[in-house]
Amino acid sequence: MKGKSLVSITDFSKNEILRIVDLAADFEANPNQKLLDGKVVASLFFEPSTRTRLSFETAINRLGGRVVGFSDSSSSSTTKGETLKDTTIMVSNYADLIVMRHPYEGSARFASEVSSVPVINAGDGANQHPSQTLLDLYSIKKTQGTLNNLTIAIVGDLKYGRTVHSLLMAMSHFNPVFHFISPIELKMPDEYKIFLKNRNIKFEEHIEFGETINEADILYMTRVQKERFAEPMEYEKVKNAFILKNAMLSRSKDNLKVLHPLPRVNEIHEDVDNNLKAYYFQQAKNGVFTRMAIISSILGVK
Amino acid sequence: MELNKELKVSAIKDGTVIDHIPADNLFKVINILGLHSITNQITFGTNLESLRMGRKAIIKVSDKYFEDDEINKIALIAPQAKLNIIKDYVVIEKKVVEIQDEVIGIVKCFNPKCITNQEHIVTRFQLVDRENVVLKCHYCEKVTMPEHFTIV
Repeated sequence: MKGKSLVSITDFSKNEILRIVDLAADFEANPNQKLLDGKVVASLFFEPSTRTRLSFETAINRLGGRVVGFSDSSSSSTTKGETLKDTTIMVSNYADLIVMRHPYEGSARFASEVSSVPVINAGDGANQHPSQTLLDLYSIKKTQGTLNNLTIAIVGDLKYGRTVHSLLMAMSHFNPVFHFISPIELKMPDEYKIFLKNRNIKFEEHIEFGETINEADILYMTRVQKERFAEPMEYEKVKNAFILKNAMLSRSKDNLKVLHPLPRVNEIHEDVDNNLKAYYFQQAKNGVFTRMAIISSILGVK
Repeated sequence: MELNKELKVSAIKDGTVIDHIPADNLFKVINILGLHSITNQITFGTNLESLRMGRKAIIKVSDKYFEDDEINKIALIAPQAKLNIIKDYVVIEKKVVEIQDEVIGIVKCFNPKCITNQEHIVTRFQLVDRENVVLKCHYCEKVTMPEHFTIV
C-alpha cells in the first residue's frame, strides 16, 4: 500500500481493506502515535467540507505530522486561473502526501496521475469518497464483530448517493444481503444491480421500510434531497416515507446499528439519538482512526 | 448496382480504401485518422447509396497503409467500416475494424461535471460493454453511451 494513491474504493483489494480496518482499531486503542514526525501533508480543499477536512487534519496531527493547505478554493491560486494540474504538481513538490477535495468528478484520479506523491481522494464531486467507505466498514466491523454475512438495509437516495455506491462495492467482498429502500425516483441504478448479480450477492428492493428493519444488522440511512426531484410535488409525496423514528426500531435485532454519513437533516428523527442502536455520531469519530490508518499505510510508516 | 457506386469514386493504384463509413461521420473519421493534415492523394465520396446502411461514405487514400491500432480508433463511429488494402489495383487484403478495450482521446465524457470537460485532459475510457458500446470514463467513472458520443 506504500506510495499508492487512494482515489476510488476499488483501488484497494479485500486484504488492503481488512488491513485498514484492523489498523484503525489499533489507532483507536492508542490514538497518539508520532509516526509522521517530519512529514508534511497537503490538505487541498477546493470546496468547503468541515467534517471531512477536520477529520483528516485531526488524523494528521494525532500522527505528529504537519498540515499545509487551504480550506476553500477562494484562498488558493485557483482564483487566479491556475489549473488543477499545475496546483497539484506544485504542491507535490512541497508535501509528502496530498489529501484533496474537489467539486469536479475524476479530479482526484487526474491529480494522482500528475502528482509525484500519493493522493487521497477526500471527495470528487458526486463520484468517490473512499475514506468515508472505509470508516463505514470500520464502524460495521466494530459493532458487529465481523464484516461477513451481514444483512444491510440502505435507505434514501440510492440513485445519486456516492457513499451508498462505494459501500455496496466494498461490502461485496464479504457476502452481504442487501435491502434497498428508496422512492422509485431514487432507486439503485442498474449498473450496481448488475455488479451485484455478477457476484451472486442477494438484494431486494423496497419502496417502504416494512419489515426489513427487523431483519437488518445495519441500517444505513441517507438523505433524500429535495433538489433531486423534477417535480416538487413528488418530493412532498415521498419525503415522510423515509424518515426513521424511534418507535420503528422496537422489534429490530439487538445487534442492529443505525449508520448515517452525516449531515442529517430530518431523515432520522431526533428521538432516535438516545437509542443505543443509534451509531452515527460514533461513526463520525471512527473517521479519525480510519484516516490515521489510511495515511500511515500510504506513507509506509505502519 | 454495386459497380455503379464504386465508379463514383475513382480507383487507386496503391493504398487503402475505407468503405461503409456512415455518411454523417465521414468528416469525423477524416479527423480521427489525421487525413486533413497529410499530403497523400485522397478521394472521398459521401451520401452514396448503400443497401445496408442507407447513406454511406467511402475514403480512398493513396500510398497509405494503416496500423491496426490507428484504424481501430474509428470503430466507435464507423463500426461497420471495411478496409481494402490495395496493391497495384488489386485488393490484397480485407480488414474490419474493432473497438479497443481502452479508448483514448477520441470521445468526450458525457458527464458535464467530469474534470476532463473542465481542463485540457486527454479523455480515457474502458469499454465495459462491447455489444452495446458502453464506455466508462477512467476519471469520473461515469458511463457514456453511443447516442452521446461527441468526438473530441
